[in-house]
Amino acid sequence: MSAAVIADRAEVAPLLSVQGLTKHFPARNGRIIHAVEDVSFDVRRGSTVGLVGESGSGKTTAGRAILRLVEPTAGKALYDGVDLFSLSAREMRSYRQKLQIVFQDPFSSLNPRMRIAAIIGEALDARGFARGKRRADRVAELLTLVGLSPDHASRYPHEFSGGQRQRIGIARALAVEPEFVVADEPVSALDVSVQAQVLNLLGELQKRLGLTLLFIAHDLSVVEYLCDDVVVMYLGRVMERGPSRLLYAAPRHPYTKALLATAPVPDPTRRRTYVALHGDIPSPIDPPSGCVFRTRCPQAIAACAGIIPPLDDIGGGHHVACIRHNEKTI
Amino acid sequence: MAVISVPLQAEPNMLSRLMRRPTAAVGIAVLMIIVLAAILAPVIAPYAPTKLSIASRLHPPSLDHLFGTDDLGRDILTRMLYAARTSLTVGFAVVIFASIIGVVLGLTSGFFRTLDAPVSRLIDAMMAFPDILLAIALVAALGATAVNVVVALGVVYAPRLARVVRASTLVIRELPYVEAARALGVPTPVILVRHVLRNVTSPLLVQGTFIFANAILAEAGLSFLGVGISPDIPTWGTMIATGRQYMDQAGWIMMFPGAAIVVTVLSLQLVGDGLRDLLDPRLAKDI
Ligand SMILES: Nc1ncnc2c1ncn2[C@@H]1O[C@H](COP(=O)(O)OP(=O)(O)OP(=O)(O)O)[C@@H](O)[C@H]1O
Ligand code: SF4
Ligand SMILES: [Mg+2]
Repeated sequence: MSAAVIADRAEVAPLLSVQGLTKHFPARNGRIIHAVEDVSFDVRRGSTVGLVGESGSGKTTAGRAILRLVEPTAGKALYDGVDLFSLSAREMRSYRQKLQIVFQDPFSSLNPRMRIAAIIGEALDARGFARGKRRADRVAELLTLVGLSPDHASRYPHEFSGGQRQRIGIARALAVEPEFVVADEPVSALDVSVQAQVLNLLGELQKRLGLTLLFIAHDLSVVEYLCDDVVVMYLGRVMERGPSRLLYAAPRHPYTKALLATAPVPDPTRRRTYVALHGDIPSPIDPPSGCVFRTRCPQAIAACAGIIPPLDDIGGGHHVACIRHNEKTI
Repeated sequence: MAVISVPLQAEPNMLSRLMRRPTAAVGIAVLMIIVLAAILAPVIAPYAPTKLSIASRLHPPSLDHLFGTDDLGRDILTRMLYAARTSLTVGFAVVIFASIIGVVLGLTSGFFRTLDAPVSRLIDAMMAFPDILLAIALVAALGATAVNVVVALGVVYAPRLARVVRASTLVIRELPYVEAARALGVPTPVILVRHVLRNVTSPLLVQGTFIFANAILAEAGLSFLGVGISPDIPTWGTMIATGRQYMDQAGWIMMFPGAAIVVTVLSLQLVGDGLRDLLDPRLAKDI
């Protein structure tokens, strides 16, 4: 990465700056689920940021909180300089069209009782689009945009395959002409054969429409070719984040290394030799003290239980939260 | 992570799928005959419903009077046909009235977390009373008219519907398509109707069918106990109530309306069972 690009990075204010995002859910017996804990990252305008971590690491919750689909417990989400979390429900409504979401499950994300025209039309209504011919034209246009036929407008969701439904979900999100889209594992529920098609569609649309994407995935390999930056989460916290090229070439956090070990490597010359993870992710109700990853970390030492590792800047926008990241042996 | 299954699917051809189940098909066929007979009562009834004939009172079934005559010499078959109109109308009105209350209570308690505790408690309190006792008390308080019987039974059955609607609403509230609507800024009342209510119609229909059956029975029960619709208006219930006094000498007065109730209620149950099996059993278990 050239010095000019790095300078650029610092100068241009990000479209979205998430700062100290925390979301707790109440659990039984007055306990709390630490779904998201002190998560910070920036998303530059027009870029794609990957949010990666195992199931239960808090990715979806982080995405929903940014869009105020769940109320965040603490933190800020500066969107174009405005803190979304400080807006009233009414004020937030005017931001809703700028920020959209594509869901993981293509089956429950479309109302089974509504025709496609009505599903996309609802999004158009939110923008105050005219009824009648113009509306129908716009629905047709959106369906074409996502690679479906305008004839599909009169059908119901159950008449479509998972991949097609996901395209409809994308069309609905794009109907309001958003600037920022959270794509929450948009292909993980799809057949492997159609995953690439939907990913390509998203990438293509992003370029064509100049979208800013927060792409959630549990697998680093999905994100590699799509994302400019990657944020790796574990048990609600950021373990490592940085530009994709730096992070994939030289991962510094033991968790990132473990994720890369399990990820399929498309290019055999880049064989990775990291150790895969064992055991389950601990309960977010009672996360380990200090570094939350220590119960599964191959490099854990006694000191890891003592402090929550700060997210250290190791240059070029690359940050790592591990007290041992400077040691050569790791 | 596992993909959440969609509990409710659109059933554009539900009737044809229902008809493929033999028991449900029989239920639907029988119901259609009964409804048709009720509608066509003025055309097909052999006599006028109020035509008295003291000369032919308490006649057993014969070719002249297929189901016999009652204590005033009125033709039982004729009166049964007319009674079907009232009984079915009352049953249906109860379903509608109970559905309105049940939907409002169920949707609000299921959707708004803050309203859930108080509304749920109200529902539980209403359900704590034995059905028929609550209905008797309400009719006694309101006065024994057909409308009040509908109101009383509607109040009695509303909590069951409210529970079913609430259970479904709790599930639907969390579904991504509701979240998608929120992300688009769709106003909450619109979300409630367009996304939630529209997807609870299936379990509502199942429960409504059972309540229809129960209401017909309960109306008959109230009439039989003399706290229901006035004995002058023929319903299957009032006919049985009148026939009670002549049970030994003229059992047919009670028998035929009783059979009409049994057949209608059974048919409704068959249809309700079929509907329930077609839809997600988890959502319709709360009968
Ligand atoms: N509405 C909720 N109420 C209570 N707990 C919740 C809620 N939503 C999420 N959680 C909990 O928060 C934690 C993080 O969940 P989240 O869905 O954000 O994880 P994720 O990284 O998206 O996982 P996945 O890959 O399975 O989608 C989990 O332990 C989950 O059980
Ligand atoms: S801080 Fe310790 S436990 Fe956490 S990742 Fe680093 S070495 Fe592992
Ligand atoms: Mg998720």
